[in-house]
Amino acid sequence: MHDIDNDSEVNLDNYEVETEEHEYIDELSRIDSSDADKFLDVGVDTKEMARAGTFIQKDKSVIHCKTKLDGVEVMGISQARKKYEWLGDYMWKSISPDTDKFTSQAKEKPHEGYFIRSLPGVKTEHPIQACLYIAKDKFSQNVHNVVIAEEGSELHIITGCATAPHLVSGLHVGVSEFYVKKGAKLIFTMIHDWGEKVNVRPRTVTQVDEGGLIISNYISLKPVGSLQMFPTTYLNGRGAVARFNSILVASKGSYLDVGSKVVLSAPDSRAEIISRAITSGGTIIARGSLIGKVAGIKAHLECKGLILNDGLMHAIPELQAYVPNVEMSHEAAVGKIDQREIEYLMARGLDEDEAVSTIVRGFLNVDIEGLPENLKNKLDNIIAETQKDMM
Amino acid sequence: MLQIEELKVEVGNRTILKNVNMEIPKGETHILFGPNGSGKTSLMMTIMGFSGYNVTHGKITFKGEDITHMPIHERARLGIGVSFQRPPTINGLKTRAIVKICSGGRPIDIEELAKQLKFSDFLDRDVNHNFSGGEIKRSELLQLKAQQPDLILLDEPESGVDLESIVLIGDNINSLLQRGIKCPKERPHKNIVGKSTKSALVITHTGHILDYITADNGQVLYDGVLCCSRNAREILNWIREYGYEECVRCTI
Repeated sequence: MHDIDNDSEVNLDNYEVETEEHEYIDELSRIDSSDADKFLDVGVDTKEMARAGTFIQKDKSVIHCKTKLDGVEVMGISQARKKYEWLGDYMWKSISPDTDKFTSQAKEKPHEGYFIRSLPGVKTEHPIQACLYIAKDKFSQNVHNVVIAEEGSELHIITGCATAPHLVSGLHVGVSEFYVKKGAKLIFTMIHDWGEKVNVRPRTVTQVDEGGLIISNYISLKPVGSLQMFPTTYLNGRGAVARFNSILVASKGSYLDVGSKVVLSAPDSRAEIISRAITSGGTIIARGSLIGKVAGIKAHLECKGLILNDGLMHAIPELQAYVPNVEMSHEAAVGKIDQREIEYLMARGLDEDEAVSTIVRGFLNVDIEGLPENLKNKLDNIIAETQKDMM
Repeated sequence: MLQIEELKVEVGNRTILKNVNMEIPKGETHILFGPNGSGKTSLMMTIMGFSGYNVTHGKITFKGEDITHMPIHERARLGIGVSFQRPPTINGLKTRAIVKICSGGRPIDIEELAKQLKFSDFLDRDVNHNFSGGEIKRSELLQLKAQQPDLILLDEPESGVDLESIVLIGDNINSLLQRGIKCPKERPHKNIVGKSTKSALVITHTGHILDYITADNGQVLYDGVLCCSRNAREILNWIREYGYEECVRCTI
């Protein structure tokens, strides 16, 4: 039942790449309310409270996109290609189309994706929100996203991915190339709620220049058919920093093969990967890979897994150092909830179920940097609901 | 308040407590002395109902109810509270949150309670995560102050605590037991100590805590048997003079 080798092979022939266009919606208030509710669950607020801009793509159509801030550009990738000839210097530069069949599908049958760019020195106070949504059954949504944080800028993006409630099957292929220029900062939070029959194959590479910072948060709490991703970050400039947090929950039938890889190839660069994974009947392969190529780098990997009831948890932390004078460490732990913790809370008056759910909530409560307060509260609620489902 | 009769307890098929009889009346603080490994902590864990401590004989009664086989949380709700010596870390659960849990829904002023224990800076840290010995004690006492149990079980409240903190810890234990001699709000002393309804069992190996709190009675647990019950100071003086060796003679 929980076979690691079963990588939930996806046959591209089972999916359609053609679908009808959806019309552009000027006013976000006109978005179908059941869709809007789904968006909200993945951090995309159609009321645009505390958001600096919005991008929404439904199937293959960009149905809304705008920015409320000078110096920040938000548009569909095809529009951006028309506007900026130089975008060719960024697209398919970090990822080769022939990496695998999914990247080549994204090259051959492209369906938009977003282009988000902060101009030099521009700092966003509120995040830009982007939503990729699949509404058509059996659709293979193949997007290509490019994010550029120009020199000295600060860009915060929340990407929510979801499907229509009725969807039976679907495939999401997302090629993402992120560029963090000198002294820039990119906070990228991705929340997934794909659905039980949807297969998801994001392919992400981030390049970070001198003094740049990427903070990436990935949250997947709801059932998903299969998810496989291993985003890679290259720290190319002195003092570049990468911090990756992921929170994963796999319920029965879910297959998650998720990890992050950071290549530290400049002096004083630093990386930290933290993952928390809970399986309750599903399969999680939690990977993490740190590669130290020059002296004077610092990197840490922390991977903690909890098995509730049943399921498979496979932690694969990897460290590779090519030179001496690197400081690299990892910490991995897989297990069930410690009885002592349960009884400790019971001695404070909680019954056993309450104690277990309090511990699970704590386990998933990684301090995620840069989340707006209302989204934080929303996530707390979703975590509370999720762990109720798991029990 | 608490009554223990002919208690026999096994841990992993080994008999740890052989025959324990004990009574702690309402409002009294009792000190439990004993060398390492004599079964003091096991007795406390058994009173609280932790798994792994199997009662094979005897009975524990609290507030007139037989609690021998009652689940832990029901004992807690009935009014028993523990300060653990080595509590587990709970990742992601903030100290503030566990203090709130302890209050059981009663209104409490967390900030004020934390201030009394000089623990305000720890409220937003994970429970017990990288806490020093003294910090664990203060965290445990903070939780008990929120919980307000009627019977308080303190396991080695002075161990691993520096001299400065032990005064603070002593003060807080006293206020928890309504035995405080601090008079913060111009209240007459008799009002503070007047009707102490709180009972306590304080486990100590060294007895140092007696310099900071007062006790009504002392007992010695030696090799799973309660072998002595008299004035706590007297026992302490005796142990300081002759060590626990003398207790062997009393158990025979």
